[in-house]
Amino acid sequence: MLDLARIAAVVRKDVRSELRNRYSINALAMFVVTAVATILFALRSESPGPASLSGMYWVVVFFSAMSGLARVFVSEEERGTALTLQLTTSSGVLFAGKLAVNVALTMLLTAAVTALYLIAFPTFVLRTPETFLLTVIFGSIGFASASTILAAIIAKANSRGTLYPVLAFPVLIPLLMTVMSATERALEGEPLAAAAGDLQVLVGYCLIMIAGSFLLFDFVWSE
Amino acid sequence: MNHVRLKLTDLQKRYNRRTIFQQIGADVTGPGSLAIVGRNGSGKSTLAKIIAGVLSPTSGSVHLEVGGSEIKREVRHRSIGFVAPYLTLYDEFTAVENIVILESMRNGRAPAQADVEAWLEEMGLAARRHERVGTFSSGMKQRVKYATALIHRPALLILDEPTANLDEDGARFVEKVVQRQSGSGIVVVATNESHEAAWCRSRIELGTR
Repeated sequence: MLDLARIAAVVRKDVRSELRNRYSINALAMFVVTAVATILFALRSESPGPASLSGMYWVVVFFSAMSGLARVFVSEEERGTALTLQLTTSSGVLFAGKLAVNVALTMLLTAAVTALYLIAFPTFVLRTPETFLLTVIFGSIGFASASTILAAIIAKANSRGTLYPVLAFPVLIPLLMTVMSATERALEGEPLAAAAGDLQVLVGYCLIMIAGSFLLFDFVWSE
Repeated sequence: MNHVRLKLTDLQKRYNRRTIFQQIGADVTGPGSLAIVGRNGSGKSTLAKIIAGVLSPTSGSVHLEVGGSEIKREVRHRSIGFVAPYLTLYDEFTAVENIVILESMRNGRAPAQADVEAWLEEMGLAARRHERVGTFSSGMKQRVKYATALIHRPALLILDEPTANLDEDGARFVEKVVQRQSGSGIVVVATNESHEAAWCRSRIELGTR
């Protein structure tokens, strides 16, 4: 049975560990800054439209997430603390805690990318902020849920660095297409109702991914 | 302490085509103790992990009963303590933090501060309780592992190579822990050392078939 107090303890452990080691935050911050700077250098004085901006926004989020989110499980395997966790908490509690940490990290990441885009790109104007906000929230949850179960899988593999984006890309294609479409609508100023279809897909993706992950995680984690 | 029973039935473990052990059985009722002995590579640690519920046997079953109720594998960690040299603590946390964090994850609440202090005092680590475990020697880390394993007063205590990395004082402490646990619950000791195996009342010998 899932227990909120135990899940909170897993989250507190990861947050405290992250604040001391900066395994993920530094990787995410470095990637966001270099990716946005590279885009700026490439564009020079050009002003990209909503479709390009939306695509570039989620490309930065995708690759930044790939560089940071896998750490939740990979660092436990690398440090040898995976067995300690297995002997301390149930797989359901552990997955819920790690998922919560990754959701928080992804939301932090999207907030940072949004702030940088608003500063760097004059044409990045959130004409329908409510659509953008909902897209970012459900997009972050979707990203985090897919990334968390994939992180658990690749943490058990030898070639972790290369395997993660390769495995994640096909799983995240439906999510990427949907968040790009919804973000484009938000930048173009279409009303929230116009993005209803995209948001429904996002909610469905999150539910399927989280439910599937909970069912699968014990098999991935236990042996 | 509640009534405790550990029953191993016809356990077998295979990795690929290699059989590590087979037809392993035991029935221990607490208060009691069980030694797992055998040469290197005979599967002592594997059997200890199977009993702890972190590895599955290829066939056979582990039945742990506490207070008349069967403890399912998913929640077995709440009723056991496990100490082994290959178990790793969080280097970035202090000794107190390791104990509090691991116990909070196990039981959903932090242990009483007085209990934590008392265990660290008994382990001889009171003076360094607020130092990061990463700065500790392997013997000191082993002592912290004992504190994390014992603080919730487990019904079943599993010790794999119990005195590894410990000095004479530490080894005497472990013997005391084994005596105390075998008087209140069940202790399983996986060891190569004959004098450590002699602490236990029953034994499983691996690698004899």
